[in-house]
Amino acid sequence: MDFLGLYNYWVFIVLMLSGFYLLLSARNLVKKVIGLNLFQTSVFVFYISTGKVKGGAVPIAAEGVDVYSNPLPHTLILTAIVVGVASTALGLSLILRIKDEYGSIEEDEVDMQDVLS
Amino acid sequence: MIAEHAIILAVVLPLLAAPLCVLLGRGVLAWIAASLTVWTSFGLALHLLQRVLAKGTLYYAIGGWEAPVGIEYRLDAAGALVMTVVTAIASIVLPYSFTSIRQEIDEHKHAWFYACLLLCFSGLLGITVAGDAFNIFVFLEISSLSTYVLVSMGRDRRALTAAFKYLIIGTVGATFYLLGVGFMYQMTGTLNIEDLAVCLTKMSADGVTPVYETTTVRAALSFLTVGISMKVALFPLHVWLPNVYAYAPSVVSAFLSATATKVAILIFLRVFYTIDGQAIPFESLPLAQTLVPFAVAGAVIASFVAVYQRDVKRLLAYSSIAQVGYMICGIGLASAAGLESGLLHLFNHALMKGTLFLAIGCVVYRVGQTRLEFLRGIGREMPLTSVSIVIGGASLIGVPLTAGFVSKWALLTAVLEQGRWVIAALIIVSSLIAVVYVGQILHVMLIRKRPAGAEKVREAPMWMVIPTLILALSNLWYGTVDGQAADAARAAAASLIAEVTR
Repeated sequence: MDFLGLYNYWVFIVLMLSGFYLLLSARNLVKKVIGLNLFQTSVFVFYISTGKVKGGAVPIAAEGVDVYSNPLPHTLILTAIVVGVASTALGLSLILRIKDEYGSIEEDEVDMQDVLS
Repeated sequence: MIAEHAIILAVVLPLLAAPLCVLLGRGVLAWIAASLTVWTSFGLALHLLQRVLAKGTLYYAIGGWEAPVGIEYRLDAAGALVMTVVTAIASIVLPYSFTSIRQEIDEHKHAWFYACLLLCFSGLLGITVAGDAFNIFVFLEISSLSTYVLVSMGRDRRALTAAFKYLIIGTVGATFYLLGVGFMYQMTGTLNIEDLAVCLTKMSADGVTPVYETTTVRAALSFLTVGISMKVALFPLHVWLPNVYAYAPSVVSAFLSATATKVAILIFLRVFYTIDGQAIPFESLPLAQTLVPFAVAGAVIASFVAVYQRDVKRLLAYSSIAQVGYMICGIGLASAAGLESGLLHLFNHALMKGTLFLAIGCVVYRVGQTRLEFLRGIGREMPLTSVSIVIGGASLIGVPLTAGFVSKWALLTAVLEQGRWVIAALIIVSSLIAVVYVGQILHVMLIRKRPAGAEKVREAPMWMVIPTLILALSNLWYGTVDGQAADAARAAAASLIAEVTR
C-alpha cells in the first residue's frame, strides 16, 4: 500500500477524528463549535484534495496548458464553506443567548440548572 | 409559460419572499406576504402532483443547461407527494401562526419568524425537487439552519440549549452526508442522481468489480445512512428531537413534526432507491438487515418512553420517534408494498401529528403550560380543541376509520407478506403502548375535573381552532372516503422502484 502517496487522506482522517473527538468530549460550548469547525473543514480538505489531477495546472484557461485540475470540487466546497460559516455564526450567537440566560457556557452547569428548575 | 417553470417557482418564490418579509418589517404585512407565498406554492404543488401522476417524472434544466453538466430539478411521484404534504401543512399552519406567535414570540421578531419559516419551507421543497446530490445537501442546510433559529425562538430558555444541541447533531449529520456524496463523486465523477445510478453499475478501474461493490461506495453508503438517520431521528440517533419539539414555539413544533423528518426520509429514499436501487437488484438491498431492527426497536422503545412523559409536547415528540420507526420499517422491507405503506404513513403521520401539535398549541394559548396536569378537565371548556385531540390521538393509535389505521394496516400487510411475524407482533405491541399514552392525555383532559379554584378557560381563538379542525377532519376524510393518498403513495413507490427510462 502506497502509504505516503495517500497522505492527503491521512491528513483528512486525523483532522476529522480530532474534530469529532473535541465535539464529543468538550464540555465548553465554544470548544464544541471549534470541534465542529475542524470536523467540517476536514471534509472540505478531502473534497479539494480529490480534485487534484497529477501534473494538472490551476483550472484557468491558458496558452500551452492541456491538463487542468478538476475545478468542480472547489466550487462545491465554496458553497459548503458558506454553509459552514453560517452554522458557526449561528452556533456562536446561540452560545451568547445561552450565556445571557444561564450565566454559563459550560454544558454541565447549564444542564444542572435545567434539572434543578 | 408558468406551467413550464412551476417546479422552480415553487422553490424560488418562498426563497425570495423571505427577505421581503424582513423588509416589510411589520408582523401583519410579513404574515400576509408569507401566507400568499405558501398558498401559491401549495397550488403549484397540487398542479405538479397531478402532472406527475398523469405523465411521469418531470425534468427541469436550470438555465437551460442540460444534465449531467447542468444542475437539474427532477420531480418524481415520491417527490411530488412529499412536496404536497409540506405545502399543505404550511398552508394550514400559517393562518394559525398569526394568533399563536403573538403570545409566544416578541412583537419585533415576528417578521424574522416568518422569514425563517419561509426559508425553512423553501429548503424543504428544494430537497423534494433536487435532482443533484450536492443540491440536496445545500437545501438540507438551508432548511436546517432556519430550523435552529425557529426552535430557539421558544419562550422557555431550554429552547436555546435544545436548538444548540440540534445544531451540533444536525451539522454532523449533514457533514456525514456531504462526505458520503464526496466518496460517491470520487468514484463516479457525477452528482446528478440519475447519472449516479447509471455510473454505479459500470466497472471500476480494476475491471472486475462493479463500482457499487467497491469499498469506497460501501463507505459512502454508511456515511450517508448515518448522516441521514440523524436528520430523520431514527432510533438511536434521535436524542435531539424530544427537546426540540418540546420547547419550540407551538407552530414550529407542528410544522417540523409534520414536514422536516418526512423530507429527511425522502433523502433516504433518494439514496437507497433512486441512486442505489438501480445498481443493486431491488430485492438484495441490505436494508432489511440494517434499518428494520433499529426502526422496530425505536417504535417500541420510544412508545414506551412516551408513556412516562409528563409534558404533553415531549410525549408527542417520543411518539414521533416511534412513528418514524414505522415509516423506516416499511421502507426497509424493500418490497413494493412496504415502500408504499411507508410513504402512505409518511402522509398520514403528517396529518395526525400536525393535528395534535396544533391542538396542543391551542391549549398552550389558553392555559400557558404543557405539563399534563394542567390539561385537567379542559375537555368541557375547550370542546373543539378536545375533539381535534381525540381524532388525532385515535389516528395515532390506528383506530379504524382514521387515516392512521389505513397506513398501519398497509404496513402490517406488507410485513406479513414477507412472513416476518416477530416484526408484526412488535408493531402491534408498539400500537398498544400508543393506546396507553394517548389514553393518558384523553383521561386527563376529558374525565378528570378542573382543579378547584382554577381559572375558567375559553375555547382558543377561531384563527387557531379552524386550521386545527380542518387538519383533524382530514384524518377522518383520508381514513374513510378518500383513497387518493393511497393512490399517490402507490405511484410514488412505483416511481422509486422503476428503472430510469431516460
